Amino acid sequence: MIKALPHPKWKDPRVRTRKPSMPPGNRSREAQGLLSMAARGRFALQVCSNCGAVQYPPRQLCGKCLSEELSWQDVSNKGTLLAETTLQHSNDIYFRDRLPWKLGIVVADVGPSMVVHLSSDCKQGDKVRLALSIDAAGNAVVTARPEKPTSNEKDDLQLREMEFDPKHRRPLIVDGKTEMGLELTKAFLSAGARHVFVGYAKPWYESQYLEEIKKLDKVSVYPLDVTDTDSVEELVSMIGDKVEIMVNNSYHLRPGGLIDRFDINTAHDEMEIHYYGLMRLAGCFGPVMRAMGADGHHSATAWLNIFSAYAWINNPAVGTYSASQAAALSLSQCLRAELTPGGVRVVNTFIGPIEDEWHQLAPPPKLLPATIAPRIVSGLSKGIEDIPIGAVAEEILERLSENPKEIERTIKL
Amino acid sequence: MEKKQNENEETLSSLLGGIINGGIQVIDLTMTLDQRTPTIVLPPEHGQSWPFRLEVISKYDERGPATYWNNMSCGEHTGTHFDAPIHWISGKDLPNNATDTLPPDLFIAHASVIDVSLETKEDPDYLLTIERIEEWEKINGNIPVRSWVLMRTDWSKKTNPTEYLNHGDEGANTPGPHPDLIPWLIEERDVVGFGSETVGTDAGQAAHFSHPFPCHHLMHGAGRCGLPALINLDLLPAQGAVVVAAPLKIRQGSGSPVRALALVGK
Repeated sequence: MIKALPHPKWKDPRVRTRKPSMPPGNRSREAQGLLSMAARGRFALQVCSNCGAVQYPPRQLCGKCLSEELSWQDVSNKGTLLAETTLQHSNDIYFRDRLPWKLGIVVADVGPSMVVHLSSDCKQGDKVRLALSIDAAGNAVVTARPEKPTSNEKDDLQLREMEFDPKHRRPLIVDGKTEMGLELTKAFLSAGARHVFVGYAKPWYESQYLEEIKKLDKVSVYPLDVTDTDSVEELVSMIGDKVEIMVNNSYHLRPGGLIDRFDINTAHDEMEIHYYGLMRLAGCFGPVMRAMGADGHHSATAWLNIFSAYAWINNPAVGTYSASQAAALSLSQCLRAELTPGGVRVVNTFIGPIEDEWHQLAPPPKLLPATIAPRIVSGLSKGIEDIPIGAVAEEILERLSENPKEIERTIKL
Repeated sequence: MEKKQNENEETLSSLLGGIINGGIQVIDLTMTLDQRTPTIVLPPEHGQSWPFRLEVISKYDERGPATYWNNMSCGEHTGTHFDAPIHWISGKDLPNNATDTLPPDLFIAHASVIDVSLETKEDPDYLLTIERIEEWEKINGNIPVRSWVLMRTDWSKKTNPTEYLNHGDEGANTPGPHPDLIPWLIEERDVVGFGSETVGTDAGQAAHFSHPFPCHHLMHGAGRCGLPALINLDLLPAQGAVVVAAPLKIRQGSGSPVRALALVGK
């Protein structure tokens, strides 16, 4: 049985920090289809429309009947562990750094056999639960755990390389003055975070949420204004090498469109906070986190952005806000590419309208921060890369894939 | 004519001599423009003034090997700044009401410094009244024509931005002029304008006066100016200092950060 991870000690300053290295493998274009499924937390494989055979690894033609009609479909994630082995040696630097490493071959209930990264709790002949995960290099891989969840399964060090369970980790929540900031702080603490750093800007604006945060244990609050490069640099100098999960929940919504509320200043503020704010955070914290990406129990692991679903499609009722979110989403993709060499993964969540003062006139459904914060943390802990949260975000995603023009013409608050 | 010119040249020369030999002290009345400088708190759905921000263009690096310089941004009314009459609706149609058209001789004027620091220590909502100034005038003589009236409160010694702005749930609690004082200063004393150590020239509760924001509405309506967020007023004499405070020449500017200086004879 996997043992519960002990509470990590402080970093030993005499020990050299391990440099990040990447697991191997370029993937074919077909294989990238797995990544698309893994990014959404789905277990989906190619299924042949002609003969029904399930394919693995992904391919252009059906392995059974040579048909080209392969489509990605969610399939059963159950299987049986046929063989297991523990690597004691590897020529690959990534695995050398992390030996021993457990691998297995699983016969999936839907047919194919797969080489998997294996939980220590699995024994040959066991029924297992498969998942598509994303490794430190950003590639999709298959992982296997016992069919029934075990008590400490999240503590498997090998699988923690691909997931971001907050247990024993230290997130920085950028904006502690919103209800979302408070609920995220609570969600990370109840998920076992070792300590939560929380930022706040403009101290002369009081915030009941920040006051509540200050009362929580294992929390420290720091001045942090993402519109001020100096302020971000100052915080990096204090806690930059301790932030293991960045939680960018910067938020500045001012309802209004382009012509309907032509105001460069308001649009500027949204860009300052969402776009330049992300840039300042990334420019200052990014290099430190990238260098700390393989630091054992103290590794920087993930960069979580909390975006609006209107980053995908402009909602004219909040037109300039949507545009600033789209700009930030685009920048996050650049950040993802630049953090990959450090093994730090960028996770984006997309939420619909929330129940707050700036959505006062928006009709329900509106999301409660207390409801969505635990879902954000849960998605993060599974290693999902794109996490849509709530009915609005789910619907936008679905309609975008069906007919982007239809949603462009009809979207409204 | 020529004799007069010579006299004026001598005056200037002796002024400069005084500055060089230290007989005339130059006192800086300006707060440092800093990213932490708070700007005025406004309802969040209103237009907002940008805070002071600085981004490096290059610092002897690959962006410019020999050069250090920054881009800066801020609202016109940030830090120690100058309020021009066009800043308020009451002054919008006056001639020469903006930073580029105000006559430049206005930027050099006498200072009358009214020390109410004891009163404001007791009461942050303290309002400067005609009676208080008349009392001051009994000791210091009348406020001369074309003078700045500077309200010394020592408020600028509050270095914590939250204490400096001093907001409660009914708005700011900071001192300023009584509404009755402003017409009196304009009509009876013909002042250049009003200066303060707080974030604006008006009191924190001025929105609730029977005449809201008198130091803006009435002063600017009469073509007079404002000089808020000053520091070091405690180093000035009650009478006799000369203030030099020129706004940037922004076309149709409503104000600008200034480097406000006072010349004080020892």
